[in-house]
Amino acid sequence: MSDNILFQLQSHGKGQQKNLEGYVGFASLPNQVYRKSVKRGFEFTLMVVGESGLGKSTLINSLFLTDLYSAEYPGPSHRIKKTVQVEQSKVLIKEGGVQLLLTIVDTPGFGDAVDNSNCWQPIIDHIDSKFEDYLNSESRVNRRQMPDSRIHCCLYFIAPSGHGLKPLDIEFMKRLHEKVNVIPLIAKADTLTPEECQQFKKQIMREIQEHKIKIYEFPETDDEEENRLVKKIKDKLPLAVVGSNTITEANGKRVRGRQYPWGVAEVENSDHCDFTILRDMLIRTHMQDLKDVTNNVHYENYRSRKLAAVTYNGVDNNRAKGQLSTKSPLAQMEEERREHVSKMKKMEMEMEQVFEMKVKEKVQKLKDSEAELQRRHEQMKKNLEAQHRELEEKRRVFEDERANWEAMQRQEQQKMEASRTLEKNKKKGKIF
Amino acid sequence: MASSDVALLPDKGVRPLSLAGHVGFDSLPDQLVNKSIYQGFCFNILCIGETGIGKSTLMDTLFNTNFENFESSHFEPQVKLRAQTYDLQESNVRLRLTVVNTVGFGDQMNKQESYQPVVDYIDKQFESYLQEELKIKRSLHNYHDSRVHACLYFISPSGHSLKSLDLVTMKKLDSKVNIIPVIAKADTISKSELHKFKIKIMSELVSNGVQIYQFPLDDENVAKVNTTMNGHLPFAVVGSTEEVSVGNKMVKARQYPWGVVQVENENHCDFVKLREMLICVNMEDLREQTHTRHYELYRRCKLEEMGFKDTDPESKPVSLQETYEAKRQEFLVELQKREDEMRQMFVQRVKEKESELKDAERELQGRFEQLKRLHADEKAALEDKRRLLEEDQSSFSKRRAAAQLLQAQSLTANGKKDKDRKNSGFM
Repeated sequence: MSDNILFQLQSHGKGQQKNLEGYVGFASLPNQVYRKSVKRGFEFTLMVVGESGLGKSTLINSLFLTDLYSAEYPGPSHRIKKTVQVEQSKVLIKEGGVQLLLTIVDTPGFGDAVDNSNCWQPIIDHIDSKFEDYLNSESRVNRRQMPDSRIHCCLYFIAPSGHGLKPLDIEFMKRLHEKVNVIPLIAKADTLTPEECQQFKKQIMREIQEHKIKIYEFPETDDEEENRLVKKIKDKLPLAVVGSNTITEANGKRVRGRQYPWGVAEVENSDHCDFTILRDMLIRTHMQDLKDVTNNVHYENYRSRKLAAVTYNGVDNNRAKGQLSTKSPLAQMEEERREHVSKMKKMEMEMEQVFEMKVKEKVQKLKDSEAELQRRHEQMKKNLEAQHRELEEKRRVFEDERANWEAMQRQEQQKMEASRTLEKNKKKGKIF
Repeated sequence: MASSDVALLPDKGVRPLSLAGHVGFDSLPDQLVNKSIYQGFCFNILCIGETGIGKSTLMDTLFNTNFENFESSHFEPQVKLRAQTYDLQESNVRLRLTVVNTVGFGDQMNKQESYQPVVDYIDKQFESYLQEELKIKRSLHNYHDSRVHACLYFISPSGHSLKSLDLVTMKKLDSKVNIIPVIAKADTISKSELHKFKIKIMSELVSNGVQIYQFPLDDENVAKVNTTMNGHLPFAVVGSTEEVSVGNKMVKARQYPWGVVQVENENHCDFVKLREMLICVNMEDLREQTHTRHYELYRRCKLEEMGFKDTDPESKPVSLQETYEAKRQEFLVELQKREDEMRQMFVQRVKEKESELKDAERELQGRFEQLKRLHADEKAALEDKRRLLEEDQSSFSKRRAAAQLLQAQSLTANGKKDKDRKNSGFM
């Protein structure tokens, strides 16, 4: 088949750079992409985790400017369970012609028990089950459009103690940072003064680095301006947020905020808290990137681990400890088959050799036996022949002797006969 | 490909909510677009047509570039494909374009297998993508997509009808690639002939069940123009990279003694329509169709061929892991069986050889026994002879002894007799 295809390099490398001499029109491709994406609509799944009473529901309502959580649909802190549950609410919101199917996953009961060991397990299980669902639908023979219910982002709420992270915080983030994009937030930031907040942030970041926790990182871009903004955001991590369900008056404006006797803490005032930074980053600039990282990194990690387990099932564990194969399980099986064929060939050759050798031995032994037999037979024959000859000789000698004696006897006899006849004749007077 | 490719259906349990202000997620399409621009786009176009029909010229004209072109001979023994990749940029949009041309198409005397290299090429690209998708450690977002997104089929401007080669080839390709038929060298057909020709071609395609690419009508923004354009198929095109002065402009054209055919003049040919549809409006749709329809079909067939199913015999859903595991079990069992068979074969041979050798041993033993018997016989015979000799010897000795005795007696008697005679003689 490859005889029919002449390739001129460039399949995987770069193409030849060519300059256009006039209007072509593919500059409209971005528009085409834009159009199609609006038609399709968007999805996003956001998980919120934190102890009860940290203002999670309020923050979500503030972020999306809607009553996601209300009296009718109470937030996680109002649904305290005995054990950690993972529950989701799906809402459809539209803005500027763009439809967004937003799923908020919350975890009522997290961190609220007296003994919180393993309270992250239901959460991990939930994330994995979403990956599993996606993997299964991606792996079907008949694939339809796959709904993406994977968790794209996890907002983790840190209580504003002002000191540092709690052991639960560290444990949770360590267990989840390789499964989901973790964005830690300082909740109810209006209980900290700016200086306390600064200290707190520094301490948290120190601890995060110390424990090698990988929180969500903003991607580098080619744009200088953007990179500068990104750097500014990075300096403010973790973001300290305030949320509010109420709108009040402040400085003659109607703002979303928390009214205190001493003033109003405005949610959208960047001097008061980092809410706008969070909103801009989460929704306006990096929502797509959060989805991409989930798809390209977290999901792929899950998938390759899952499939490697299948491939190496039954094979020697030592092999499995090496690098993850880049092949598909089927290709892996193909390779194993080939290996097995060559192993068998070798085995066959060895067995053949041993067989031949044994046969040779036996045949040789038989030959030796035969030769020995032959030799003995020859010897015995010779022996017998010698005895034969000896006997013949003896007989001959004996016969000679007897013949001689018999001849002698006959002679004697004749002599005696002759003399007797003479006697007789004498007696008869015949002879004087 | 974005994972959120889902048509938003009203789901059970999904609440629509209204917003109290500007949240900002209306920037999502822009975020997506920015990402696409950053990554760059890629497009692969396949041109099928007879040698000299104007494929390369049309590509040059469409993309306003001078691609490296080779003039092919008419004497290629087989149809081959030549693929070249170029990096183009228009404003801030980067496009990696791969142009694949057939070489020698339609030149052979026997054209029965002409379509095969094309089908093989398209399948090879699908296979390559499938392999990447099935890998354990994969990087699909970095993968250079080489699958064919559009296939321009160049129809000879005979003015009458499609050739059977055209129908056969397009029929083989219509479930694998988006086919856009074009009438080449349209400057040899008059307007009225062209109209009839187009109708004939479309009806032949329909009656032969060939599914060509239809410009999509689902997006209201472009539904209208797409509908109109669908009615102009197949596009009658003229290509030219040479410029001729018309009025006070230099335009791409072909100069004849009887006039100038302007490529970008919509009265002269459908080039502008082709460019509009192929590049400006539907390029993204062509890519999407390739991925969601043609590739999925290929993938489905391939997986079914390999024995994958979505449900087991009891119609329960089977996950990929289960399928892989089952295959693996099968595979291991098969390997074990082969090993056992080989061992068995050896055991058999050993047995056979052993019995052979045993037979030989027995035969030898038999011979040995026989020889022994022979020996014994001969020895016995010898013993008989010996005994006979001894008997003869002893009887002879007896005779001799007796005779000697007799002789001794007779001698004594004779001596007496003689004595007597002597004695009696004196009387």
